[in-house]
Amino acid sequence: MVETALVDWSRLQFAMTAGYHWLFVPLTLGLAVIMAIMETVYVVTGDEFWKKTAKFWMKLFGINFAVGIATGIILEFEFGTNFSNYSWFVGDIFGAPLAIEGILAFFMEATFFAVMFFGWGKVSKRFHLAATWLTGIGAAISAIWILVANSWMQHPVGMEFNPDTVRHEMVDFWALVLNPVAISKFFHSVFSGWMTGAVFAIGVSCWYLLKKREMRFALASIRVAAIVGIVGTFAVMFSGDSSAVHVAEYQPMKLAAAEGLENGGQRAPFSIVPGLEVPGVLSVLATHDINGFVPGINNLLDGYTTPNGEVMPSAEQKIERGKRAIAAFGEYRALSGSDPAGAAEARKVLDENIDYFGYGYIDSPQELVPPVGLVYWAFRIMVGLGGALLLLMCVVLWAVYKKRLASMSWLQWAALLSIPLVYIAGQAGWIVAECGRQPWVIEGLLPVKAAVSSVSVAAVQTTFFVFVAIFTLFLVIELRILTNAIKKGPEIE
Amino acid sequence: MFDYIFLQHYWWFLIALLGGLLVFLLFVQGGNALIFLAGKDEAERELIINSTGRKWELTFTTLVTFGGAFFASFPLFYSTSFGGAYWVWILILITFVLQAVSYEFQGKAGNLLGKNAFRAFLTLNGCLAPLLIGTAVGTFFTGSQFMVDKSAVLNISAPTISRWANGWHGLEAVTEPFNVGFGLMVMLLAIALGALYMINNIDNEKLTAQLRRSLLISFTAFLLTLIFVLVQLLTMEGFAVDASGVVVMEKYKYLHNFLQMPVVFVMFLVGAVLLVAGVALTLLKPNFKRGIWLAAPGTVLAVMALFMIAAYNNTAYYPSTYDLQASLTLANSCSSEFTLRTMAVVSLIIPFVVAYIAYFWRQMDKKSLTSDELTTTDKY
Repeated sequence: MVETALVDWSRLQFAMTAGYHWLFVPLTLGLAVIMAIMETVYVVTGDEFWKKTAKFWMKLFGINFAVGIATGIILEFEFGTNFSNYSWFVGDIFGAPLAIEGILAFFMEATFFAVMFFGWGKVSKRFHLAATWLTGIGAAISAIWILVANSWMQHPVGMEFNPDTVRHEMVDFWALVLNPVAISKFFHSVFSGWMTGAVFAIGVSCWYLLKKREMRFALASIRVAAIVGIVGTFAVMFSGDSSAVHVAEYQPMKLAAAEGLENGGQRAPFSIVPGLEVPGVLSVLATHDINGFVPGINNLLDGYTTPNGEVMPSAEQKIERGKRAIAAFGEYRALSGSDPAGAAEARKVLDENIDYFGYGYIDSPQELVPPVGLVYWAFRIMVGLGGALLLLMCVVLWAVYKKRLASMSWLQWAALLSIPLVYIAGQAGWIVAECGRQPWVIEGLLPVKAAVSSVSVAAVQTTFFVFVAIFTLFLVIELRILTNAIKKGPEIE
Repeated sequence: MFDYIFLQHYWWFLIALLGGLLVFLLFVQGGNALIFLAGKDEAERELIINSTGRKWELTFTTLVTFGGAFFASFPLFYSTSFGGAYWVWILILITFVLQAVSYEFQGKAGNLLGKNAFRAFLTLNGCLAPLLIGTAVGTFFTGSQFMVDKSAVLNISAPTISRWANGWHGLEAVTEPFNVGFGLMVMLLAIALGALYMINNIDNEKLTAQLRRSLLISFTAFLLTLIFVLVQLLTMEGFAVDASGVVVMEKYKYLHNFLQMPVVFVMFLVGAVLLVAGVALTLLKPNFKRGIWLAAPGTVLAVMALFMIAAYNNTAYYPSTYDLQASLTLANSCSSEFTLRTMAVVSLIIPFVVAYIAYFWRQMDKKSLTSDELTTTDKY
């Protein structure tokens, strides 16, 4: 019997690791672009100021990068240590992007990271510049493959269930890579990293303005960072729009939870906060049509008929079909050696119900509802902070070009205080994506409770607290080192 | 020609290659094990940390890719071993997590724990990681206690396929002398490789003399563990797979594997000779510094040969001593033919990756590291 506590602690351990990992990764993605642009300016103009500016941000990049790596390795291996059933059940598909990430991206990052930090004077200027760009490109390529893997869990494609090997097997590699969810998620995540890097760089630079130090450095950094941040935020918005359409299509329960939508329909309203709704807007966001049909939580549990007459099964019916699939699978295994005709019949039933296989492990329809309050508020925090930060970056860029920023201390304070906000927005985004798809580890195919390893609750609790202690300690130390490095400054002027 | 059986063997070859490269790159860990032993003062310790510190990410990346490749090609191993031998893998990971930040943090103001704490983390990782990885690989020959029952998926309340058969979850591996000997062998090899690497990479007479002493001690101890491991390996019963797919115990199985796969045996011998030659020339010729470049291919070849006798020639590479028929073989634990074929195409990129790594390695290490360089350029 898989204990509920084991499922919850395994889930919590993975969520904690992923949450910490995503504190460090977005800054890597964003600062990589900012410092590469600065070094490009140095190589083009030959102005040493830009070299020193780029080197300062590289220093902060390096401090942050190390903790990202430390948390990342745990994530990869936790699929095996804590979700061993998952690793077998879909390893045939899921392992591939992880291996490709290692071969294509990690070696690129590892090689060029060392050149970027220690290669000044050892390789030519242009070579060094290439190494800086390739470090950032390596990080982005890494994001592609891990998000291909993640998106496959949200919207599994390109595979078939093989009852002989008892697992899903890949049949179409390109369907996996070109999964529309993966494409949206890649742009959404990577450009949110640009936002993070930009808000961080602007905030730190504004601290120098407040201290009336390193003025030229600060204003130059803000100019580059704000442009990167604004471009990134618009890209986040566009990719977020397509993400919403994909979620509506492939994970309607997640969307309903994110909207707190109990009963859906056409011209579905968008809830700004509880009690304040804008009619039709959710339909537009989800379907790009004001009359589009968006099911609510109750519709999804009770079953519904779409405006074009398509009848969608209720949760009970899905669970029933899932149990039928598992029973047919058992029958197939029992008969496949002795009764080919009986096995073929069982296989037929299995194939007819395979899309609901995962529902067979669900005990009651209520299990299919993710934590609505958490997902609802996380979504609002993400969108609200994203909008506010875009506005802030636009104002900052305007003030820089109007040469007013140096005298606008309120704006400098706002920019400085916005640094934690961009992290909160990023964490909120992943809460929507991951908590919103509970109870599934693979949408519709495998719930989390059927994916966990057979280890004791105490073992997972122990490792959870060990990792919490280590990662928290690292975070505190990183913040102290970053603060010290920032106080010391680029020492240009 | 490129049928399913071939692809299974091809992917084990890649696993063996990554394993060989990983053991070679453990020179980073071996070097860090010497921070306080060979580095007698601050300047020497800085040189050691900055020498291994410019390569640590390659070791780390190779470990991650090794894991990823195993996941993609032999997912049943990934689920059985990682989910089962939980504590061994968690301990290995913790040491690597501590290492990952220690280079960057140790020399920085505000690091809270002080320089020596992070250097101690590096040393801890330097000793424990090769020891534990080696001990875990030792179980490829001695077996572990686990069961695999794919029908468990039918049990709605307990569908986990792979289960460990004891509460120690991997820690029991240390009760088997062969595994511990294997772990010690890998650790001592890593230290010897670390010393060889730094003798070549660091230009400092006093430190080099100390590293030569460390090399002599660690390699002598390594040879003793190697003899222990080899004698056991070649005389032990191994886990053979018969024509009908049944796993049976076979006397001298791994000796038979060497004899029945002469190419693998030659690989092992050539590897061993190169390794010994690299060390011997370094110890015997005072001006010879390039021993690492003999020892590196030697290590890769020898380790690959060990991986090959663990799995090739109808051998169960991850045996279960609890349920012999649950033992993992190339055939019963691999990915589908489609996935192996697809990933085989992806693997064609590996030579290009190796080539650019080698090129930039050469560019960065043309000149040996000196204390002067650390005062004028960026350092950890």
